[in-house]
Amino acid sequence: MNTTYLAVEAGDLAVEASGFFLENVWIIPAIMAVSFAIILGAGKRMPKGGSEIGIAAVGVCFILALLTAGQWVGQVNAAEACTPETCDYVKYGTDEDGEPGYVANKSVGADHSDDHSEEGDHSDEDDDHSDEGAFPVDAGAGSSDGESASGFTAFVDAEEGSTAAAPIAVISERTWWSNGGIDFTVGTMVDGLTVTLLVVVTLVSLLVHIYSTDYVAGDRRFTHYFGFLSLFTAAMLFFVTSANVLQMIVGWELVGVCSFALIGHWWEEQPNSDAALKAFLTNRVGDMGLLIGMIILFFASNEKWGIVDINAAAINGSTSHTLLLIASLCLLAAVMSKSGQFFLHTWLPDAMAGPTPVSALIHAATMVVAGVYLIARMYGVFFNGLSIAGSSINALAVIGAVTTLVGASLAFVQDDIKKVLAYSTISQLGYMTLALGVGAWTAAVFHLTTHALFKACLFLGAGSVSHAVHSFDMKKDMGGMREFMPTTYKTFLIGSIALAGLPPLAGFWSKDEILAGTGGWGFWEGESHANGAYTVMLVMGMITAAMTAAYMTRVMYLTFFGEFRGGHHDDHGHAAADAHDDHAHHGDPHESGPRILWPLRILAGLAVVAGLMNLPKGFLGLPSGITLRFEHFVEPLSATGYFPKISHADPSWSLAIFSTLVVAFAVGVAYYYYFVRVNAQSPSATELINGPTARNKLLKAGHTMLKNRYYLDHIYDSGEPVGAAGATAMGVIFGSAAGLTLGFSLDNGLDQNFWPSAIWGLVLGLTVFTIVTAALRTGVGIATATKRPLANAANWVHENIIDATVDEVGKNSVKTADALYKYIDQGVIDGSVNAAGRGSQGAGGELRRWSTGQVQQYATVMFAGATLLAGLLIIVI
Amino acid sequence: MTALSGTMVLAAETVVAQNVFFYLIAAVMVIAALRVVTTSNIVHAALYLVVVLAGVAAQFILLGAEFVGVTQVLVYIGAVIVLFLFGIMLTRAKVGAEDGLNHDNVAPAILTAVLLVLVMGYAVIDFAKVPWSDSSLKIDVLDRAPTTVEQVSDSIFSTYIVAFEAISVLLLAALIGAIVVARKE
Amino acid sequence: MYLVQFLVLSSILFCIGVYGVLARRNAVLVLMSIELILNSVNINLIAFGAFNGAAIPAEVFALFIIAVAAAEVGVGLALVLTIYRNSKSIDLHQVDLLKG
Repeated sequence: MNTTYLAVEAGDLAVEASGFFLENVWIIPAIMAVSFAIILGAGKRMPKGGSEIGIAAVGVCFILALLTAGQWVGQVNAAEACTPETCDYVKYGTDEDGEPGYVANKSVGADHSDDHSEEGDHSDEDDDHSDEGAFPVDAGAGSSDGESASGFTAFVDAEEGSTAAAPIAVISERTWWSNGGIDFTVGTMVDGLTVTLLVVVTLVSLLVHIYSTDYVAGDRRFTHYFGFLSLFTAAMLFFVTSANVLQMIVGWELVGVCSFALIGHWWEEQPNSDAALKAFLTNRVGDMGLLIGMIILFFASNEKWGIVDINAAAINGSTSHTLLLIASLCLLAAVMSKSGQFFLHTWLPDAMAGPTPVSALIHAATMVVAGVYLIARMYGVFFNGLSIAGSSINALAVIGAVTTLVGASLAFVQDDIKKVLAYSTISQLGYMTLALGVGAWTAAVFHLTTHALFKACLFLGAGSVSHAVHSFDMKKDMGGMREFMPTTYKTFLIGSIALAGLPPLAGFWSKDEILAGTGGWGFWEGESHANGAYTVMLVMGMITAAMTAAYMTRVMYLTFFGEFRGGHHDDHGHAAADAHDDHAHHGDPHESGPRILWPLRILAGLAVVAGLMNLPKGFLGLPSGITLRFEHFVEPLSATGYFPKISHADPSWSLAIFSTLVVAFAVGVAYYYYFVRVNAQSPSATELINGPTARNKLLKAGHTMLKNRYYLDHIYDSGEPVGAAGATAMGVIFGSAAGLTLGFSLDNGLDQNFWPSAIWGLVLGLTVFTIVTAALRTGVGIATATKRPLANAANWVHENIIDATVDEVGKNSVKTADALYKYIDQGVIDGSVNAAGRGSQGAGGELRRWSTGQVQQYATVMFAGATLLAGLLIIVI
Repeated sequence: MTALSGTMVLAAETVVAQNVFFYLIAAVMVIAALRVVTTSNIVHAALYLVVVLAGVAAQFILLGAEFVGVTQVLVYIGAVIVLFLFGIMLTRAKVGAEDGLNHDNVAPAILTAVLLVLVMGYAVIDFAKVPWSDSSLKIDVLDRAPTTVEQVSDSIFSTYIVAFEAISVLLLAALIGAIVVARKE
Repeated sequence: MYLVQFLVLSSILFCIGVYGVLARRNAVLVLMSIELILNSVNINLIAFGAFNGAAIPAEVFALFIIAVAAAEVGVGLALVLTIYRNSKSIDLHQVDLLKG
């Protein structure tokens, strides 16, 4: 394989795009929202409990998404064939009124050097030919490292004056509210990234809908469940098609609410409602970062809410670097909570208390990638704010790398199959964040796509197995499922191989692209084509790949091989695991029905072929029309103005072979441990009795730490005593990490000295950690006291008011008024008064600790407060 | 008064003397004040307070407020400290050092005090701007004589007569109040 | 001599007094610290008066402060005595009737 790109810049031009579906993409979330309303209103009386509406709506949306994707592909191809006669070129600049926006690009076709006199469009327009002499440089289209921008590659020498262009995102907007010079618009923005997510979300949602009709059949709140599935899909689609950051915030919050509702679907059992609350509160903590970051960006980009405007302002340098850095870090906090990055990931494993299809949809394929999508969307901000192009490590990459390792390490010690997959998801999300942090944008988005497919396959497979044995505990209730459930076994196997990253399945291609994107490989081989010497990231990624393969082998063994250990429990292992309240008990577990199996087959099939979408450049000598298709259609060109100029790493055969060997080695080790040693001990054994952790103290200590999930939950949950040592240790570790990261970032980006920045980062990190911990502990504490009566009241309202009202109005209006009086006055008002009383009791318990009766303490507080106020007055005013 | 005024009727060169005295006395005051709040012997605390109060009186005299200085000595050192010593005695304070005079956790107090010092320091420096060379803020006590008792008493009994009466009533109220609060049933 | 010297001195004394009020456990010691505070204020006052030519109002004010401080110490000690009589201790840790 060629190790260099013959760089061709396809003119670096942009044109407008259009298309019916592209401009009217708002229909897609709207359909789902309408479906939500109909299901909640009328679903109970429908023959299939509302699921048919949901499935129909999602099916329609999926087809529309495919059509939209098709139109976008057409637009990309059309733009590529543009000539100055046929197309109107545009660029992002200022128009006659001085307002930034897309204006006609008149300097096309004649002389390429004109293209780069666009007002500050390309921050690196001057360093085109100066570096990387190893690469033949082409038509003066300012490529920074002599590499091609996305997609327009060829193995022939460049043509001077190429006029091929790329489409800009299709934005359709209308004004929502106009006030004193600030216009609030709502609109949609469609480009390659949007279209990818549209397809993925609708596809997985459709399959989950079909799957759920079997999985939650007979459930106590079947209709409610489908209603919220629709609402979630609507919210996610709304989020993905947002044109401005306000809409993104709305969508973000809405998916958080739906996640809360769906995780706590069986909220009558305390652990489920606790898990839902934990998910919501942890997300809330991160949402502060989202709000602050977005507000900073609004003011820093000259008061613009639009995604394109904010990114363009970041890229062309009109936003100050410091503000970009701060905003990126704030948004990073939001991403950490939503996408389960380390130290705010604690909600994800607990969220497995929800029904398995929900886990598959929300916590594997869609909601958790909202954070990754946010970064990908606002990549101009992150790229410039965190100086990703520089050679120094940035916070995003560090957090991603740490998350991959943490997630993978924790996946080893779980007994619950869904928890293994949850930690695996955390680990893979870490991969995506890592990729974004090292500048491998397409690798991250591609991994997002493939991960959605095979992780959903794995989750649904786990659900299928649990459907048969009514439990999720691998050690106690599974084993030898291969004979009982052959299809599930095969699809799960395919999913596992894809996750582990063995060729030629999808995971291999996307993971390898990320590993190559870190650039650390070339560092060893003497090529200098890196985004930075992120060798550490590469090593961490490699280790994680090995661990992934190993723990999936473990899961395979415990679930599908050996002897069947279950069937002796008459209780429903996890009460939450079994959605069939009235399911008859069978003797042996049996394969699931077609509505469960067909989604599994489809996803497994996709997991096999999806990798072919983004074959590396020059793979096996294939022409450029077949390789890198995904990148070609999805990655925006920097000419569009809202995407930075990023460099692409060289694909490397040696890296691919090495990583495959590493993965194979890991599989081999795990295979030896489980299939050979454990199996030799006994066919129904689940681990070695005299294994390494029993013999070695250090390993045992490590194992205990993993079992306790690094003690993070002990710190966050006010119900458990805080290990002061642990909390301090975590705080110090986090603070130091933040310090180092900030030190490196500022050192690299702003040319500040390392040590002051590092110390600031340490202080900031410790402060943030303390605030987060305090917020989580207080939030959980207060909420715990109020949620049970509130949840009861809310459910009561829903069941007895909404449904009863609808029925009564239909029957007899006098009786309706009577019922309304009785239910609302008695039930709601009294119920809420009582709940308020219990709430204040709970809050009072927390606040009681402040009134000690020590007058001097009061005086201290008063004095300190007065001093601060005085200081503020004097110093600030 | 002549002995005290002697230091002030010297020539301009000996303004140095006033500065020297000021700094000496200020240093002594600060150290004594620190000892008041940190010593573990309560009687010693009262005695250090005497030192501080005496220092304050000296500062008053340096500033030309002789009557106030003398009143300070009479009232504060003469009466208030005696009250304190009586209070210490009546509440059976231990003779010699005792522990338990400070809170276990003095960190908030230190923090508040430091914060306060910083804020006030900022305010003062901000006010003075270039503190040590601005001559308009410099006092040259030779310019005027120290204020006399007649001036002060004239002022009290004419301009501030209402306040004076109010203070008298206050003292009466305090007297009665203290008796009522502290009497044995 | 400069005005600032006196202001700085008075601030330092004030802060030492504040520390004493907040950190001392014995009620009498707290009252002593309050005296420190009042005296620092007096210095401040007289210093401003001397430097701004309004010496006499400043001195009158200072005299009044001395009088009020004396009254306050009297009443304060009376209270302390009562507390001592009731609970045999003037440790402020144990005077936590405001608790709850």
